[in-house]
Amino acid sequence: MNEPIIEVADVWFFYNGIPVLQEINLTVHRGDFVALLGPNGGGKTTLLKLMLGLLKPERGAILVFGESPRESSHRIGYMPQHLHFNQSFPISVLDVVLMGKLRPGLGWSRYSQKDKIAAQQALERVEMGKFANRRVGELSGGQQQRVFIARALVDEPELLFLDEPTTSVDTKHQTDLFDILKELNETVTIIVVSHDIGIISTHVKSVACVNQQIFHHDHAEIKEEMIELAYQCCPVDIVAHGLPHRVLKIHEDEE
Amino acid sequence: MLEALQFEFMRNALLAGLLTSIACGVIGTFIVVNRLVFLSGGIAHAAYGGIGLAFFFGLPYVAGTLGFALLVAMVMAAVTLKARHRADTIIGVLWAVGMALGVILLDLTPGYNVDLMSFLFGSILTVPTSDLWLMLVLNGVILLAVACYYNDFLALSYDEDFAQVRGVRVKFLYFLLLAMVALSVVMIIRIVGLILVIALLTIPPYIAEKYAGSLKKMMFLSFLLSCFFTMVGLWLSYTFNLTSGATIILVAGVCFFISLLVEVLKSTRFFSA
Repeated sequence: MNEPIIEVADVWFFYNGIPVLQEINLTVHRGDFVALLGPNGGGKTTLLKLMLGLLKPERGAILVFGESPRESSHRIGYMPQHLHFNQSFPISVLDVVLMGKLRPGLGWSRYSQKDKIAAQQALERVEMGKFANRRVGELSGGQQQRVFIARALVDEPELLFLDEPTTSVDTKHQTDLFDILKELNETVTIIVVSHDIGIISTHVKSVACVNQQIFHHDHAEIKEEMIELAYQCCPVDIVAHGLPHRVLKIHEDEE
Repeated sequence: MLEALQFEFMRNALLAGLLTSIACGVIGTFIVVNRLVFLSGGIAHAAYGGIGLAFFFGLPYVAGTLGFALLVAMVMAAVTLKARHRADTIIGVLWAVGMALGVILLDLTPGYNVDLMSFLFGSILTVPTSDLWLMLVLNGVILLAVACYYNDFLALSYDEDFAQVRGVRVKFLYFLLLAMVALSVVMIIRIVGLILVIALLTIPPYIAEKYAGSLKKMMFLSFLLSCFFTMVGLWLSYTFNLTSGATIILVAGVCFFISLLVEVLKSTRFFSA
């Protein structure tokens, strides 16, 4: 077994007093390709944000590369959920990708020529090179997803987090995306968050299902999601009792 | 207009218009892309409390307004970071309480007879040379801070979570941004007054956003538009003897509606083609 690079131990997270995540234990080893599945609102994105240090757990500990997530987050390539972007924001594709080269801390923030070359190369890698000077808002949803993948990759991270990478992308783009990820997975550890169970049929190596345990049974919205969960996803307790389990047959080329 | 330039107050008015346009372009752009319009309105109106404090305690006008606006901005920054979902309510409260405080303090100030209207609608024609120097310094501070942290501010405005993951000090930058909003607001109150300050901070960037390919270009284009609005407004005010703050905003407003119209025409042509 490879060295563990993410260790989540007995993590609890509450939102307005309601537990969103409870007793989460998860270990991700170098070279893994993990899919975090679960219904919308199940706490997948919350878990991702905890591992990125964007949120702090109420209880428990998270170590990424053996450090607190805040210390190590700049070593993670991160692609956030697509839906919150301001489409009228005046920014070029290249400038979006260059954000992936921002350095921690405060200082005279300037990109070097090397950064710009790296950004252009990251765009070429996702076949978006010729769009470098276009405004991001003018691109299609699928093209924008690729730009955000390029931004996540530009600093050559050892660890890659993708939050719902298949929304607003057509099937052809999805296949391309997973081919890119498979190639990357030879050197990079990947965690993909998705509410789409179809993601398992790709090159994912292990699956973890995330859903908070629900204490407020009278909450109508959450109840509906519980039903959805029963049909779409494996039981709630899978993350709670340890490692993500393997649901796929092992591919021959991995042996 | 040219013969009007022989008067010092007219030359000062033009310079004041140009100097505030820098703040309008740079900070107005951040206000529009970060959706801080309501918050900036809150700072502008709460700043009236600072005017009241300055008169009541006999402090210099600038020190009172600037200090109080900065204080309110920092409180608003802390509140919006802590309780995001209730931020608009708290901004609304600070907005009203600041103004009420100003009104009461001016009531209590003995022998107060300064023209209230000049604070509500600005008085670009009475800007003294000392204020021009102050505007120059404030603009210098704003330009330096934005030039230094441009890429960080860009990331913060476009994708705050990502910026934080990259280790950008987003909280510090947010406080810095709101402090600069307070500086700009105090400067612009001089020109168009606290009621109209929001129009001058938002209309130029709103129009510029459609045509600019980057945040930098949006800032520059907003600066040019803001210069144009203040110059034309000033000329109308001088020629027809109208309140300058209002003419400036009306010029901006007319251009705003023209830009909307152009957009609508463009999109209908696009669909019919």
